[in-house]
Amino acid sequence: METPEQTPLTAAPAAAAHSIRLKIFGVGSAGVNMLEPMAALGLPNAVLAAVNIDAASLLNSGAPEKISLETRLTRGLGTGGDPERGRAAAEQQMAALKAACAGVDVVFIVAGLGGGAGTGISPVLAKAAKESGALVLGFVTLPFDCEGNRRRQQAEEGLEYLKEAADGVICLPNQKLFKLLDENTSVLDTFRHSNELVVEGVAAMSRLITSKGLIEIHFADLCAFLREHQGESCFATVEAAGPTRSREVIDKLLSHPMLDSGKALTDAGAVLVSLIAGTDLTMAEINRVMEHINSKCSRAQVMMGAAVDPSFQERLSVTIVAARQALPAAAKIPAFEREGEHRVEAQEFDTQLHKTPTPRVQSRFVPPAPALTPEKMEQLAGRQAGASRGRKTAPRMRQTQLPLEIVSKGRFDKSEPTIHKGEDLDVPTYIRRGIALN
Amino acid sequence: MFDSSTIIVGLEIGTSKVCAVVGEMNAEGTLNIVGLGQSRSRGVRKGEICDAPKAEEDIRNAIVEAEQMADVEIRSVYLGVTGGHVRGFNNRGVHPVVSADREISEDDVQDVIKNAKTINLPAQNHVIHAIRQHFLVDGQDGITNPVGMLGSRVEVDVHVVHGHLNRLQNAIRCVKGLQLEVDEIVFTGLASSLALLTNEQKELGALVIDIGGGTTEYVVYADGVIKHVGVLAVGGDHVSNDLAYGLKVPLGRAEQLKIEQGSAVVSEDCKGQILTISNEIGLEMKKINLENLRRIMALRLEEIFQLIAQDLESAGLVDYLRAGVFLCGGGSRIPEIAKLAEEVLEMPVTIGKTNSISGLKSALDQPEFATAIGLVKFGSFQQRKRGAKPSIAEGLKNTFGQLFRRP
Repeated sequence: METPEQTPLTAAPAAAAHSIRLKIFGVGSAGVNMLEPMAALGLPNAVLAAVNIDAASLLNSGAPEKISLETRLTRGLGTGGDPERGRAAAEQQMAALKAACAGVDVVFIVAGLGGGAGTGISPVLAKAAKESGALVLGFVTLPFDCEGNRRRQQAEEGLEYLKEAADGVICLPNQKLFKLLDENTSVLDTFRHSNELVVEGVAAMSRLITSKGLIEIHFADLCAFLREHQGESCFATVEAAGPTRSREVIDKLLSHPMLDSGKALTDAGAVLVSLIAGTDLTMAEINRVMEHINSKCSRAQVMMGAAVDPSFQERLSVTIVAARQALPAAAKIPAFEREGEHRVEAQEFDTQLHKTPTPRVQSRFVPPAPALTPEKMEQLAGRQAGASRGRKTAPRMRQTQLPLEIVSKGRFDKSEPTIHKGEDLDVPTYIRRGIALN
Repeated sequence: MFDSSTIIVGLEIGTSKVCAVVGEMNAEGTLNIVGLGQSRSRGVRKGEICDAPKAEEDIRNAIVEAEQMADVEIRSVYLGVTGGHVRGFNNRGVHPVVSADREISEDDVQDVIKNAKTINLPAQNHVIHAIRQHFLVDGQDGITNPVGMLGSRVEVDVHVVHGHLNRLQNAIRCVKGLQLEVDEIVFTGLASSLALLTNEQKELGALVIDIGGGTTEYVVYADGVIKHVGVLAVGGDHVSNDLAYGLKVPLGRAEQLKIEQGSAVVSEDCKGQILTISNEIGLEMKKINLENLRRIMALRLEEIFQLIAQDLESAGLVDYLRAGVFLCGGGSRIPEIAKLAEEVLEMPVTIGKTNSISGLKSALDQPEFATAIGLVKFGSFQQRKRGAKPSIAEGLKNTFGQLFRRP
């Protein structure tokens, strides 16, 4: 999958420090919609491009560059919520996508996952961009829980594919928005808010990359950061002005719902902090903010950057990207296939991995894996290879971690849990204390 | 009210049983227990009602039984409340004495108590009790009654017990649904301590632990007043649940094993013993290691005591408990539980006796009835207080109130 000329570490120096050409692709209807507030923000050095299958949505978009992926496959009807169609359409027009990415150093892909276009096209676009030598960052939203199982599943699959294809993905589960908004918020406002959050993130990231840094985060570092921590990352941007701005910023950060009131920081494996302020930024302020963040996430590897932007008179803006300690999912989708036949294969994988298994009562007992004889292993490996004929690289084998087993609470299952200093007292004591019964 | 004796009923809606105790207070103010009714509780989890229709049925059964035994009609009850949401804290009220001669009057005392009871609590919380502790006059501590003393500033400490209003209302509504009045709601831990402790023990300092089915309440007395209360939403149900889980037996069987084979300590002689469980027709079903059973129980009970010990330590009350620890509730029937508690709390532990009340002695002196008896005792205090100063206006209000209360 990775040929040397595509790795970020070699690409980064080529993108000489401050003349980075940035292109932001809005993919799918949601993505195209998100471009509009971005255009209004007027990000320097960034070119906006809208990519969609549905020609009508492109017509309404004010993006300077539009790529329509309309094909015979979709018969002018959009994808009908099927990511396979989106992907097929994108693959047909791979050349056009690559051409759009030519000469660009960094590509941001902005999409709402869960539907057909955004979910299907984004991974293909990411791959195209990477092949044309750009670095790819994805900013995606995950659907609300109420949008249904299917969309969630599609979104999760899409996210996995995108993570494989892109250098880094930052995702915003829309469900978390509920904490941000009050009950009377209209649907339109809710989605607008979700878009705003993504736009904030994109803007902060692009500033991080393009602004002249006091304390710079090297572009290569950023990519390495996102690559290493491919777990779900969440981000928060807060802003404050006035003499007490550093303190306000900290308060806002620690109460930010996207960070689960600071919990995300505690759990984070790596944290990236970017401070941007006007020319009056003092070292003491940076110090204060960083001290607080460091004390919150003692386990995490913290990376910080500070930049001065004259347009930020008196304001201080802090963006945090917190990547959770990477927990490799038990069934990781193999690396995105390079060419040909992948559609069929992907479908196979879907049936293999993503059909919801028959629901079963959670059992504490996990049987040990049967021991494999060398012949058996060979046989299994052979079968797998047979299934993925034509693939040039085998899926990366990774040591996976089993999910934490959840102990059933018996008769207290449905009642309010008794939590005492973080311990659930409904769970038998001997289990919590790890005492083995013979 | 107009009879020579007054009927006082305590009703406890517990997790494992509903219990109604009828007490009769004669004109001299002595209290006699004349009736008791109980019923298995099915609609309660962790001390709070989760299935109102079932709970209502159980309450009715218990009340009817008590009525039959005491041969009275029950109109109103003192209702015991508990649950993990109940908390207590100490609060202090201050009042300046403004009279010219600086003598503290009865009004000053009422005012300072009122001040102490004004507490900043979230709107959904309801104060169950504000129990008076000691007065301070100009900073001098330990005054029980400041009326008639000279001073410029009276302060009073109160212990406030509060809970979640809606969750307290659930129990009240259930009782009201049966056309019964609720005289007052009483924290069950407080009620148990009233039933168990004598005045000397309260003065010395004592800890009462009521291990119920779904909750464990504890109350600390020191210097004759309540200093601390607490509720853990963990009780005998948890022990059964742990056993069911750990031994892989049904819950009913676990309950039975707990009662028949349970113990709070893992003794040497149970090691390696195997119990054979047979089903109803006598076929062998399962073999169970007695040591495991006791270990599961011991760990859970030990944890309960440890949590209490931690709480007392952080409240700084451990050194005040000179009379020791008194256990009650169904959980105190577990063999050797006093020994376990002694080990954890490092204090003398006894199973409490409800000996501070007369009548029906042998039948009532069971640790699980302590709460209901305590409720009656609480009621008798309230009645005595009410009986003490029957002003005419008050009397009329009560009379008419009584008339109009029941449609």
